[in-house]
Amino acid sequence: MASLKEVKNKIAGVKKTAQITKAMNMVASARLRGAQSKMEAFRPYSSKFEEAMSNLSGGANTGSFPLMEVRNVATVEIVIVTSDRGLCGSFNANINKLAEKKIKAYEAEGKKVSIVCVGKKGHQYFKKTGKIRKSYTDIMAAFQMFHAREIAQDIAENFVNGAADKVEVLYGHFKSVAIQRPAVQDMLPVQPVASEQASDKKAISGDYIYEPSTEEIMDVMQPLYLNVILYHAMLEVGASEHAARMTAMDNATSACRDIVNNLTLIYNKARQAAVTGELMDIVGGAEALKG
Amino acid sequence: MAQQIRLEVVTPNGAVVSEDVDIVNAPGYGGDFGVLANHAPFLSTIRIGLLTYDQGKKRENLMISGGFCEVSNNKITFLVESAEHGKQIDVDRAMRAKERAEQRLAKASQHDDLINRTRAEAALQRALARMKVSKMT
Repeated sequence: MASLKEVKNKIAGVKKTAQITKAMNMVASARLRGAQSKMEAFRPYSSKFEEAMSNLSGGANTGSFPLMEVRNVATVEIVIVTSDRGLCGSFNANINKLAEKKIKAYEAEGKKVSIVCVGKKGHQYFKKTGKIRKSYTDIMAAFQMFHAREIAQDIAENFVNGAADKVEVLYGHFKSVAIQRPAVQDMLPVQPVASEQASDKKAISGDYIYEPSTEEIMDVMQPLYLNVILYHAMLEVGASEHAARMTAMDNATSACRDIVNNLTLIYNKARQAAVTGELMDIVGGAEALKG
Repeated sequence: MAQQIRLEVVTPNGAVVSEDVDIVNAPGYGGDFGVLANHAPFLSTIRIGLLTYDQGKKRENLMISGGFCEVSNNKITFLVESAEHGKQIDVDRAMRAKERAEQRLAKASQHDDLINRTRAEAALQRALARMKVSKMT
């Protein structure tokens, strides 16, 4: 049986760990609120954007835009959006696992795969494969639209150059505070957004006056659309990360409590055994003196 | 009171303006344009520059950076990457950004680097627009 002092030290240590995990839980929940409000703020922009895109792509000829060009797929680029920091349960591992599955599937079809990592955890996971084309790390803590723009520009250039024929984004979808799932979204070539709602509305409001032509507007909007997709993925990962960390830290705190309970039990047993032993000694000594 | 049109300026960080106004003047692709109430459906790309709108005798100035705008159902919506009121603009920061952009521009033109040059030009335009708008208020 462990000595009294050892058990006591261990209890103190576990209690300190519980303090840390509890603090991390509270920090994560505060950050989650911030990330969620950022997501809410972005929603009107993205929904309006998609509406305008679907209005536009009705009349446009898809073959004439470099970003919409559908080619035979020889190389697939996967953009993996993860968080920069760990201690958030299986959140990043799930994304990386799905990415790995996708890569294997594409390679089985004889396609080449290149990876762009946004966030450090994806980079760490895939750096040994040698497939990473570019990595953007340490930006998930405080990112703005222009970060997404920079990355999207790079991806678009790579696509137009013909180095990739298809681009997918992999990120952690924020379903609720309790549930985050890895999700895949097609990014390039840009798909014409077709919705029935748009065609109904067109009938009411009549045709738009375009300035300049629809084609030229599309030329400007498509890169912006990539920004929207990427920024959206980054926002989702930001919120999911904090939600996942909250759950993970909550579990850790309750696990600590269980351990402390068990250790206290052991400690009390050991203490009692020690007291009993001492009593036996005293009684034995007294008996001996009586002679 | 004359008829009004609903103006909405939306950025990735949320809506900046959502008001009924008399007239909107904006820097369009092919030049500045004004929009009054009941305008026909219209869609245009937007350059970096000054957006003004009037409410009665009051005129507001707004710096906007690139994006596009849509007019339909007596509502004009601007989707831009950033929008700032004249009062909110940090002139010192814009000044520094201008200097930085000029340096980058000079460097990029030396090396014949087209991508960096376009980026630096855009940054310079944003800085100049910010300074112009802040002077007006």
